[in-house]
Amino acid sequence: MTVHLHAQAAAYLTVAAFLLAAGIYGLIRRRTFIGMLISGEIIFSAAALNVMTLNRFVARDPAVGQIFVLFIMGLAAAEVAIALSIIIAVYRNYRSIHSKEVSELEG
Amino acid sequence: MIPGSAYIVGAIFGVIVATTLAGALIAVLSTRIIRSVTGLALCCIGLAGLYYFLGSPFLALMEILIYVGAVCVTIVFGVMLSEPDEPEPRAFKGRELAWGIGAVLVSAAVFWGAVRLASGWGRLSTAALAKADASDGSVRTLGISLLTTYSLPFELISLVLLVAILGALVIAHGGRSRQ
Repeated sequence: MTVHLHAQAAAYLTVAAFLLAAGIYGLIRRRTFIGMLISGEIIFSAAALNVMTLNRFVARDPAVGQIFVLFIMGLAAAEVAIALSIIIAVYRNYRSIHSKEVSELEG
Repeated sequence: MIPGSAYIVGAIFGVIVATTLAGALIAVLSTRIIRSVTGLALCCIGLAGLYYFLGSPFLALMEILIYVGAVCVTIVFGVMLSEPDEPEPRAFKGRELAWGIGAVLVSAAVFWGAVRLASGWGRLSTAALAKADASDGSVRTLGISLLTTYSLPFELISLVLLVAILGALVIAHGGRSRQ
């Protein structure tokens, strides 16, 4: 009997690898802060999917993987709140959130 | 068991994986940021399906609740308060092209390496593992261990969220009072 794809760890790990690669591409290519933030969220999701997959297939524990992914989600939500408030503050000062134009610091 | 049910499950899995990958591609490649946020939401819906396949309906619910319901809506508010559209690509000058090729190369290398790592785990499957837990990852187990074993991280994450809310308020408000 063949093992179906949804019961194999490699399928989930490959999806997570694709998400990581897409997030890194977006981080390099995006020229606005919100685009970079979205790419960062995709990288977070890839890490969470990896943790959940390895919890399911390798380190079988009923709760630790789910709790770890929940903490990742909570940290991602906190990160988004902080980053968006910084982005809005930067936009008020510079009238732009393009990463090329926001390039000076004042002490 | 229905004869064709395995194929139906396989087809649903394929749709979910395709949703995730397409959402990630839309989120990364589109030039309008609002489409990019929509792609992120689509990607998170696909991820919720993947969590369901991984035996955790609770995480699937949380993924939709937190990412689609909170993170994407917050980013949409951020989009409305600023002008985040990507600037027009200036007719592919040399530097732009070099950055694009560099980004594609880096992400392709990361993807290739991670897939090489993942193929080492390829023989792992649920069929090979012992049928230990059908009901183990339930919300009851999760809640009990959140309040006993992991109570300190649980409290810490609530503290982190509180500090993040206060910090976001302070930062966003401080920029406004300057004008």
